[in-house]
Amino acid sequence: MPMSAPEIESLLREAFPTADITVQGDDGVHMAASIVAEEFAGKNRVAQQRMVYAALKGKMDGPSGELHALALTTKAKE
Amino acid sequence: MTDTNAQIQETVDNNDVVLFMKGTASMPQCGFSSRVAGVLNYMGVKFADVNVLADDAIRQGIKDFSDWPTIPQLYVKGEFVGGCDIITEMTLSGELDTLFDENGVAYDKDAAAKIREANG
Repeated sequence: MPMSAPEIESLLREAFPTADITVQGDDGVHMAASIVAEEFAGKNRVAQQRMVYAALKGKMDGPSGELHALALTTKAKE
Repeated sequence: MTDTNAQIQETVDNNDVVLFMKGTASMPQCGFSSRVAGVLNYMGVKFADVNVLADDAIRQGIKDFSDWPTIPQLYVKGEFVGGCDIITEMTLSGELDTLFDENGVAYDKDAAAKIREANG
């Protein structure tokens, strides 16, 4: 069951309420998201992206992985 | 520690550079895996490729091992470096070159520079 951009955005918004979030993609399986969040401050990319995957609560590429691919760009909000 | 975990630990300990990927270095079977394998091949980096499609225990085990839900996954000197997005960013920013330099991993500096020029 693919995920729509708004669905992804709302999950991300829950975890990063003050972030600038843009989600693109229309097939619901190969999507892209860019997140500029203050929660990322002082964290390296791996740590930042782990926070994003945690926010997606297991929707990513698991056995029930609706979301096969999510290209991620993360940046700390200065 | 499960034997899958031990197997993964042993692989990353015994190889300077390891890429857990879908398919093999010469026959990648996923765009993201193909991109990272392509960068490593182009930069002449010697790496062990582990085809997670050939072993479901590894395919799931590696995600638990690194607490990272996607494939490919690159390891340098036993340390998880990142997936396709991060390796692409690090290649273009030069951080991958620095990481290899710091860990004594041989690679073709001109090839790395060419990648950056091509994606300038």
